[in-house]
Amino acid sequence: MTRIKELVKEQAEKHGRERTSLMPILQAVVRSEHYLSEEAMIAIAEELDLSTADVFGTASFYTFLDTVPRGKYIVRVCKTITCHMKGKDEIIRTISDILKIKLGETTTDGRFSLLQANCLGWCHKGPVMLINDEVYPEITPEKTSEIINEYLKKK
Amino acid sequence: MEKKIKKVDLIFGKVDHLDILKNAFQRTRDEIILDVIDSGLRGRGGAGFPTGLKWKFAKNEEADQKYVICNADEGEPGTFKDREILTQVPEKVLAGMALCGYCIGASEGYIYLRAEYNFLLPSLYKAIDEFHEHLKALKFDFTIRICSGSGAYVCGEETALMESMEGKRGEPRNKPPFPTSEGYLGKPTSVNNVETLVFALMIGQEGPTKFKEMGTFDSRGSKVFSVSGDTPTPGIYELELGMTLEQFVEEFGDGDTKAVQVGGASGFCVARKDFKSTLIGFEGIPTGGSMMLFNSSRSMYNILNDYLEFMEEESCGQCSPCRVGCQQLLKGIEAVKKGIKSPSYLEDLQKLSDTMRIASKCGLGQSVPNPFNSIINNFREEIIY
Repeated sequence: MTRIKELVKEQAEKHGRERTSLMPILQAVVRSEHYLSEEAMIAIAEELDLSTADVFGTASFYTFLDTVPRGKYIVRVCKTITCHMKGKDEIIRTISDILKIKLGETTTDGRFSLLQANCLGWCHKGPVMLINDEVYPEITPEKTSEIINEYLKKK
Repeated sequence: MEKKIKKVDLIFGKVDHLDILKNAFQRTRDEIILDVIDSGLRGRGGAGFPTGLKWKFAKNEEADQKYVICNADEGEPGTFKDREILTQVPEKVLAGMALCGYCIGASEGYIYLRAEYNFLLPSLYKAIDEFHEHLKALKFDFTIRICSGSGAYVCGEETALMESMEGKRGEPRNKPPFPTSEGYLGKPTSVNNVETLVFALMIGQEGPTKFKEMGTFDSRGSKVFSVSGDTPTPGIYELELGMTLEQFVEEFGDGDTKAVQVGGASGFCVARKDFKSTLIGFEGIPTGGSMMLFNSSRSMYNILNDYLEFMEEESCGQCSPCRVGCQQLLKGIEAVKKGIKSPSYLEDLQKLSDTMRIASKCGLGQSVPNPFNSIINNFREEIIY
């Protein structure tokens, strides 16, 4: 049994094999693998006795359930109105310069992806970004480069 | 309209939430529901359905299982109050859910939390564990679980939210049947916004009178506002309903406010000339709390463009008026701006947006005309030139 299949089985045992378990399982696989590979989605379909199309159809609906490979750290910069007004473009430029990737890309070592997100719910403290589940409100280009450099030091 | 803006502290003030529940459990379900109806409390997520009636409908259904869902999929641009409520007073939200469970006869509750707020999970789980222990002591059988979203604005629509909880694409259902008769897993379900549940709890404590005395005939009580944009004091404020936009801007504006977007990307843009005559509330312009201020340095074209981009990305794609409509509106204003289309093309686009209001399946597509028409009507020249 491959590692992915084992992971899926383990999650199915934890959450159950009902249709209502699909979202928690998809989310768990994304947390561990940073995206849903074809192999993972087929394994989930088999475990839950669903069609693979159904699993892909569900996964592809949700922005945070990526179906293309993403980095270990997914950086999402809020792009909606207030954050736009407060300078999210500069934040993106800063991150782009440090990581040498454009929006939507992943670093070659597979550690960072840079994305934009719709309203993250911090409009009074914009601009804001998420790195995985961690929030960074009220960032400036300087603060942003400090934060990203901290992540670069991590394993 | 001499009333000054009045700050209120019902939501964030600390209370003995268990004591409120203990007293409530001594009363009949009908008594409490009548109090909530009498208070005039309407849903605080934006749609504004009378909360007491929703509970009554759910209570009147016969079923072996019913559910309480706390809608914490706060995705409307410019809204961030539910995050703050869940951070500061989670126990009041949980107690509000238990109160709803008692009234409608449900033993299970769910919090549908948007993925963007996943960082709240550890503290919420802790609060839920503690709360379960207290409920045991009160001998009330009610279990709360959390369902996480995965980044879809449309899941804030209650039927899409339940589809998502059931492990499906978050596509809104046809209504009727309404969730109070056929909701989560086909069972009667009361879906309430985070803030609504806390207000219901406070009405349980204080009775309906105090709440009813605040606000106006159609918009009773107070409301938590999320204030952002060009303001020296962005943040979260609980204010008595019934103020005009002029009063609001006097309090929060930077002296150069040219427009306020009331109700987020699905709300209305009000220009300076109309501040005085616009009431914030169900008689005027309702809001789920989002108040975005823009000063004269802002291009209303960019703002409309951002709203449309947002809606175009978040449209679930299920019905064509919304899917195609959002794309065409976005393309359309760009074409007018670039001079590819003549200014009169805006009238065609406004007709299209009217069609979206009539023909779209859910609130998302139906409300795209709100920002679109209000911005075009107020700031037509900024869209063209």
